[in-house]
Amino acid sequence: MKRRSFFKIAGGGIFIFFQPWSALDLLSMPAPQGRSLTKDYNAFLQIAEDGTVNCFTGKIEMGQGIITSLPQMMADELNVPLESVKMIMGDTDLCPYDAGTWGSLTTRAFGPNMRAAAAEARTVLVEMASERLGVPVSQLEVKDGVITDTTDPSKSVTYAALAKGQKIEKYLEVKPSVEDHTAFTYVGKPLKHSDAHDKVTGKARYTGDLKLPGMLFARILRPPSHGAKLVSADIKGAERIEGVKVVRDGDFIAVLSEDREKADIAIYQINAEYSFDEIKVSSETIFDYINRGEYRSNTVRSAGDTESARTQCDKVFESEFHDPYLAHAPIETHTALANYEGDKLTVWAATQSPFGLQDGIVRELGLTREKVRVITPFVGGGFGGKSAFRQGIEAARLAAMTRKPVMVAWTREEEFFYDNFHPASVVKVRSGIDKNGKILLWDYNVYLAGTRGAETVYDVPNHRTVSHSENRAVWPVHPFETGPWRAPNNNTNTFARETQIDIMASAAGMDPLDFRLKNLKDEKMIACLKSVADKFGYVPGKGPSGRGIGIACGLDAGTWVAEIGEVRVDPGTGKVQVIRVAASQDMGLCVNPQGALIQMEGCVTMALGYTLTEELKYKGGIIENKNFDSYSIPKFSWVPQIDCVILDRKDQAPQGGGEPAIIAVGAAVGNAIFDATGARLFRVPFTPERVLQAVESRKSKV
Amino acid sequence: MEETISFKLNNKKTRVTIDPNKTLLWVLRDVFELTGTKYGCGIGFCGACTVLIDNEPVRSCTIPISDVTGKNVITVEGLAKNGKLHPLQQAFIDHDALQCGYCTPGMIMTSVGLLKKNSSPSREEIVAGLEDNLCRCGAHKRIIEAVEDASKVMKGGK
Repeated sequence: MKRRSFFKIAGGGIFIFFQPWSALDLLSMPAPQGRSLTKDYNAFLQIAEDGTVNCFTGKIEMGQGIITSLPQMMADELNVPLESVKMIMGDTDLCPYDAGTWGSLTTRAFGPNMRAAAAEARTVLVEMASERLGVPVSQLEVKDGVITDTTDPSKSVTYAALAKGQKIEKYLEVKPSVEDHTAFTYVGKPLKHSDAHDKVTGKARYTGDLKLPGMLFARILRPPSHGAKLVSADIKGAERIEGVKVVRDGDFIAVLSEDREKADIAIYQINAEYSFDEIKVSSETIFDYINRGEYRSNTVRSAGDTESARTQCDKVFESEFHDPYLAHAPIETHTALANYEGDKLTVWAATQSPFGLQDGIVRELGLTREKVRVITPFVGGGFGGKSAFRQGIEAARLAAMTRKPVMVAWTREEEFFYDNFHPASVVKVRSGIDKNGKILLWDYNVYLAGTRGAETVYDVPNHRTVSHSENRAVWPVHPFETGPWRAPNNNTNTFARETQIDIMASAAGMDPLDFRLKNLKDEKMIACLKSVADKFGYVPGKGPSGRGIGIACGLDAGTWVAEIGEVRVDPGTGKVQVIRVAASQDMGLCVNPQGALIQMEGCVTMALGYTLTEELKYKGGIIENKNFDSYSIPKFSWVPQIDCVILDRKDQAPQGGGEPAIIAVGAAVGNAIFDATGARLFRVPFTPERVLQAVESRKSKV
Repeated sequence: MEETISFKLNNKKTRVTIDPNKTLLWVLRDVFELTGTKYGCGIGFCGACTVLIDNEPVRSCTIPISDVTGKNVITVEGLAKNGKLHPLQQAFIDHDALQCGYCTPGMIMTSVGLLKKNSSPSREEIVAGLEDNLCRCGAHKRIIEAVEDASKVMKGGK
């Protein structure tokens, strides 16, 4: 944005600008055209005139707790009290460009830059103090935002005093460096959610809680199916309702009213006809359909010779794993409020991608970037689903059409319909072991789930990992949008890999933990497995032991994780109760052990959904799950005893924490079901019907 | 047709002239601007909109405003007394029993109702009482612990 308007909003003080991103940080995040990332200096922090440190970040808070952990890093680098750091998040007019809040990247990619910039800022402040006090820099020390002459403590100046009446701009070239962890005051301390008070009193503002004078609530005409085309619409019935305005732009039709419930009624007074696409696939036929397709294939990694290795193996195993579409189902639905002031459009949105939404609006409405501001209030859960921002574009369009403030708050039905679902996927694995239980062959093909977590973590001489992705021109599969779902697709890959490992362990007559340790060279994975076994009180045994204990491990977002699950399977109904889950992870330096622990617990709990019940039902583009009555997410009675270990590596760079512990629960539970019953499951979720069927088919084979 | 509906809101007498069929949830949010009570599903299935009506937890998305005539409606904004948080609110903070916070008001209101009926619930009774409140972040374990703790604090008369 223009600097003048930035200062108008931000006020006075000392401003530190920096180039926030290095090429390395952008790895998988290509910048949209026109975002000249390496040339733009962005405001990063402000020492305000009252001494408050305002930190600007394009990241958003959706429950993952960075509103607590980022200030910990800032306070340490700047030597200020934690309470004086304020986060200003997800505001495109104030915050440096950020691709989006996902991929567990906040701490590992953004964090080091932020710390380095804060350390530089401290240097600038000390230089200013040196000038002000007439004391050399080497003689000054900083504590709690006060810079003092070590030889004469009466000579001191606060950050606030330095900032008073100033408007100083400093431009820094920042090179992140790893900090001496012995100097940390706040980093590494377990801190509770700093936003908890506002959230238990109802004060915390989410997008839907905002209100502007003259605001209209909108409901938009929705097709019954993805891919359906509007043939005709009779809007007279809606227009007849007093206090309701109907607007139309092609097939985009909306009803608006200052009275929300009038809009809710009016939308059903529109008679619309649609033409349908042919239904090619349903939740019943999807895996068969995927298996008949042609894809773009990419060999991710390979070594040795997977063909000749077959002959060296004592036993070879071939398996196929199935994973369905999943909904994100955050409790807060996609919501946005759009408002014009003059020619400037401001949109408040529940989104993981404020800058993406800004660009989307620029594209759709033909505005310049300076004329669009996106602000992100608290977000009521995202999980990847709010990386999509259709509702924000809708609100912007309606504000442009009506020139009034417009609130678009999706109903639960709309949320289930327009979700960017976790994709259905298939994994095919061929693997083999020698007589001693050493894995010689690993041939892994993943269809539609991508490469995250696809590479084997085991030490195998002959291996190949191939990823097959959708080629819509040749064989379109997905009847609706798909997108990232917490630890995107690593759940799929870890489920397949760790189940296959368990199959081999059992066939080798080995304890599944021993089998893993025998085939691993990765020290961090070994450490995680050993520590989780210790936490669980694991007693070795060959599967199926009848005990109902299963192990799995994996790597996600730079973090190593191992988990052990214990289940009880009802032999009459096939219902699985997860009794206990132990989890251990190595995430490098742990910035906020309390926050990281909560994320682990959240991952384990959320994972029970994809493991036990969650599976989207659809016929072509018609989504049959419309609400929580037919799409079952984890409930209180499902929650097991959860025991977590964080292997704190203070000397190593911090890694992702919001996703890793979700990846191994599916396989750990599946392996535990095998351990309890001897029946193997190749498809998540493990519904009672599938468990019963697997148990029955094993009986008939024995 | 609009009617004047008199009731107590957070222990204060109030009245509103409105179409009596309007949904309690939206009247609380849009008319009284008490936005702590959240929309989650609209069919009484997730519990984000839970309020107390004469001490009973009720899904405010499922009932019309006319149903609260003469009754006392408590929302999450009405729990703190003289600036002091309700023991359940404090317990949710102490146990860090939330993440995104969106389901939190409904969780707290359901728990307040639970403890009014049963001042020393077992863990199983807490689980059963909260079973139909949904949380997607996975704060369940800590919510159970917070309610257990609050029940002890409340019995101690603190």
